[in-house]
Amino acid sequence: MLTLQCPYCGVDAEETELQGGGEAHLKRFGPGSNDDDFEGYLFLRENQKGIHFERWRHAYGCGKWFLAARHTNTLEVFGTYPAQSTEPPQHIKDAISAKLPGWKWGNFS
Amino acid sequence: MSTRLAKGGRLIDSTKPLDFTFNGKRLKGYEGDSLASALLANDQMMVGRSFKYHRPRGIVASGAEEPNALVNLGTGGKFEPNQRVTTQELFDGLTATSQNHWPSLEFDIGAVNQLFARFLPAGFYYKMFIHPRPFWKHIYEPFIRQSAGLGKAPTEKDADTYEHFYFYCDVAVIGGGIAGLAAALEAGRSGARVLVMEQEAHWGGRAVVDGVMIDGEPAEQWIDNTLAELDAMENVTLRERMMGAGVYDHGYVLGYERLTDHDPKLAGPRHRLWRIRTKQIVTATGAIERPLSFAGNDIPGVMLAAAMRDYLVNYGVSVGDRTVVVTNNDDAYRTALALVDAGLVVPAIIDARPQGGGELMEEAIARGIRVEKGRGIAKVKGRARVTGVAICAQEGEGAVLAEIDCDAVAMSGGWSPVVHLWSHCGGKLNWDADQAMFRPDATRAPTGDKGQPFVITAGTANGHLYSAEVLVDGYTAGRTAAQAAGFTPAATEAAVGEDASQAPLLPIWLMPQGAGHALKSKAWLDFQNDVKVSDIQLAAREGYESVEHAKRYTTIGMATDQGKLSNINGLAILSQALDEAIPNVGTTTFRPPYTPISMGSIGGAARDELFQPIRKTPIQGWHDENGAVYEPVGQWRRPYTFTRGGESKHDAVKREILNTRNNVGLLDASTLGKIIVKGPDAGKFLDMLYTNMMSNLPVGKCRYGLMCSENGFLMDDGVVARIDEETWLCHTTTGGADRIHGWMEDWLQCEWWDWKVYTANVTEQYAQIAVVGPKGRQLLEKLGGMDVSKETLPFMQWADGVLGGFNARVYRISFSGELSYEIAVPASQGRAFWDALWSAGQEFGVMPYGTEGLHVMRAEKGFIMIGDETDGTVIPQDLNLGWAISKKKEDYLGKRAQERSHMADPNRWKLVGLETLDGSVLPDGSYAIAQGKNANGQRNTQGRVTSTYYSPTLGRGIAMGLVHNGPDRMGEVIEFNTTNGGTIKAKIVDPVFYDKEGAKQNV
Repeated sequence: MLTLQCPYCGVDAEETELQGGGEAHLKRFGPGSNDDDFEGYLFLRENQKGIHFERWRHAYGCGKWFLAARHTNTLEVFGTYPAQSTEPPQHIKDAISAKLPGWKWGNFS
Repeated sequence: MSTRLAKGGRLIDSTKPLDFTFNGKRLKGYEGDSLASALLANDQMMVGRSFKYHRPRGIVASGAEEPNALVNLGTGGKFEPNQRVTTQELFDGLTATSQNHWPSLEFDIGAVNQLFARFLPAGFYYKMFIHPRPFWKHIYEPFIRQSAGLGKAPTEKDADTYEHFYFYCDVAVIGGGIAGLAAALEAGRSGARVLVMEQEAHWGGRAVVDGVMIDGEPAEQWIDNTLAELDAMENVTLRERMMGAGVYDHGYVLGYERLTDHDPKLAGPRHRLWRIRTKQIVTATGAIERPLSFAGNDIPGVMLAAAMRDYLVNYGVSVGDRTVVVTNNDDAYRTALALVDAGLVVPAIIDARPQGGGELMEEAIARGIRVEKGRGIAKVKGRARVTGVAICAQEGEGAVLAEIDCDAVAMSGGWSPVVHLWSHCGGKLNWDADQAMFRPDATRAPTGDKGQPFVITAGTANGHLYSAEVLVDGYTAGRTAAQAAGFTPAATEAAVGEDASQAPLLPIWLMPQGAGHALKSKAWLDFQNDVKVSDIQLAAREGYESVEHAKRYTTIGMATDQGKLSNINGLAILSQALDEAIPNVGTTTFRPPYTPISMGSIGGAARDELFQPIRKTPIQGWHDENGAVYEPVGQWRRPYTFTRGGESKHDAVKREILNTRNNVGLLDASTLGKIIVKGPDAGKFLDMLYTNMMSNLPVGKCRYGLMCSENGFLMDDGVVARIDEETWLCHTTTGGADRIHGWMEDWLQCEWWDWKVYTANVTEQYAQIAVVGPKGRQLLEKLGGMDVSKETLPFMQWADGVLGGFNARVYRISFSGELSYEIAVPASQGRAFWDALWSAGQEFGVMPYGTEGLHVMRAEKGFIMIGDETDGTVIPQDLNLGWAISKKKEDYLGKRAQERSHMADPNRWKLVGLETLDGSVLPDGSYAIAQGKNANGQRNTQGRVTSTYYSPTLGRGIAMGLVHNGPDRMGEVIEFNTTNGGTIKAKIVDPVFYDKEGAKQNV
């Protein structure tokens, strides 16, 4: 039963208001892509004990999708940010580095 | 024997007797009794039999940790099995029956299992029931089913009601003993919003029974004063009979409040589940006394020492006239002193410590009680009741030094802090070797969303056994919690407790330490699941080194009490057997709830018609009045058919179809999803969503479209209408509207966020009625208004206008193959418009039709239905829908996936029509059988039925199915299996059974 702050409406939302959407920052591969890239896009996911970037929708609130940086073990939330982001904001990366020096996730570190 | 004393019992009111029954016997208790104390007062020590060996078992504890005394409570709709007598308050008319015996509690056939005990060792089920294989079905399984389970499942629907309650606070205090009260007081004084929950009906925990002095007065005085102060604070909520059931992520707590269990005559819900969100949690959950492991420690009359003290002080109940106390710590001396104070006999205190105890021991000796130091119990004598004990040297192997007659044994193996709630969300523990207990490690508390600790433990739950420490710890915890929640603690000081000093405890895991197999196999660890010291040692010898494996192999701690008494003792035995230190072996995982909570409380009010909301169209009132038989479609209820008089559903469907095909039918299509997609980039967006092209759809026209997931599988379909240059209206399936709207938003917000597109789900803004059949146009023309002729409004076009005075949007689309108008009016006009169609249609023979008629007519036309022809593994190409897949588009969702080799495989099962040779209806879900068998010995298959109906139009069975290379095998006859083992022959045909040219819809 997590609580996450919706970066759009500012509400500290209960997990029951939210809909999970899996891994964040996936790069879509469409027609013409090779099988490995497409497999990675469709099926392969990060699964760390540590930092994770994930998609949430404030489904029973403002309806907006947003992204969250969360520790999968301690459940610490390092921040939430708009879905219209190609990478985590620097202040969130810094917050993660303070707790998890040397962290790496996908192409981010 | 156990009995009620003439004096004493601080919780009972002996002027208010209550009647209750146990196994049909009429018994008497008093107001304030627990069922346990009332049973003991009536000398009903034996209350059940154990799970595996059916050994007689008595009450062993006085609280939630009780493993033995489980009963069936109530009757009929109020029946509930596996209820602990120790946590059930007595009320007038209570009925209880014992469990797990046949034919009676006193004489039980299953007890012969004891004689075979050595054939039922740890892992018995795993070893015994594997071979020989054929024995499983007729011998082993019936045996296990016969003996499995404790109580009986209720046979009637639960007559009680339940509810959920949401609560937000700054500090939640779990446990209303003196530590919890001290914490609540400090948190409350700081101004924080505080919730305090106590699982029992009384506050103060053990302090009163233990004779604790606080600020120079008996504890009761301080408890009353503190409660009065808390009660007066508006920011503090006190709840007794409410257990903190679980601690979850980010400060979420479940509270389980039992509102009427103590008095079922009270109005209102029986249980209330509190869903609490709090900034800080204080777990002041106390400790549980551990049994000692000696032979016969499960015989009725052997009880935890503190429990015996509880029955004496709280209820004026003596468990026995002559009680031997056996202990490894000083606390049990309090029981001996209390018993002597009450005029009862304590023949001896058996203290396993060579040096004995401290102040309390001196007091006992001074009172003339015999203390045997360095001694243990070799075995308890008696079968259904203790008759004596044999004493031995604790350091020896059990040679009997003396025997003492007694009818009760009070045992204490030390205390285990209740660390469950601390541990639920990740709080870590340290092993305290001096006190032989796991204690919460305050530096490794559960952490919240900011990484901050959000659970603080206090008092005995934190390993403090002196009230002086407990009160300071509670005080500190309350202040720390308030501060962490953003409040400033008041300038106050902690209450001061006074205690007798105590000599150190000596960890004793087996008594005597050198006990041989005969004694160890009678030394019980887990009373409820019948696990003995010898079982744990066997598991260790057989290689079960992980505590989690040993637990599952022996079943220790897996019963309804979840090992509250047995886990630490079992763990210690395991660590000795493995020659490892206890902390290295570790504990099993503590999972919520702390004790079982009712299923009803989890459901809350969500039952019957409130289980889920039911969506209703504006026309549903008419359906209700006109014989509608409903079927669930998503959260809607749609009329399946409308029966008339004594007509069967089958006959009604047949009549509706024939009438629609020959005259005119009305369908309430309001549930169909309607999503507006608008904006400069809407066309580009829809081209990505649909497999076919939507951007080039001319204004005023309609086009059927398919949507696929990124996996390539068909997920929804519907007709799209171009409203204006920038606006499209997308119809979705009834169940798909919210999902597809969410799907659109996902892509727009997360992938193509620079595209200028807006979406709106307007499903419930319109009522939509399909007017279907050859006389449909005449009907609309009678209503009058807009021109609905073929010339002005041809097939696959739409137009806005007025019909019979209603503003309407009319789509010329057909899901039946007939001349068809789907007419949308504002939802508020839906019923009036339907009534107008109904009146005007009488002269044309208008009839409503339901979803079954809709399904049959679409199948007659070979139209697919999402969920019938598709199941999440079917791509549009399988359904011969290649014509609806654009070849020109570079990309659409699912296109890349459909290029994968398996999707492009020419050998996929594809859609065909199926006609049985004898005209019968193929069974739903039937498989087409092929030659040979697969690796599992099953017949190979070459296809399956996806839709199958009796067609009234054709007077025979028709079906659609997916068949291997189906479209290339027209005319071939294949066989389908049936549920009775036979097969039916069917010919592969074109899936369009009716009006192949489409002449009837295009008029």
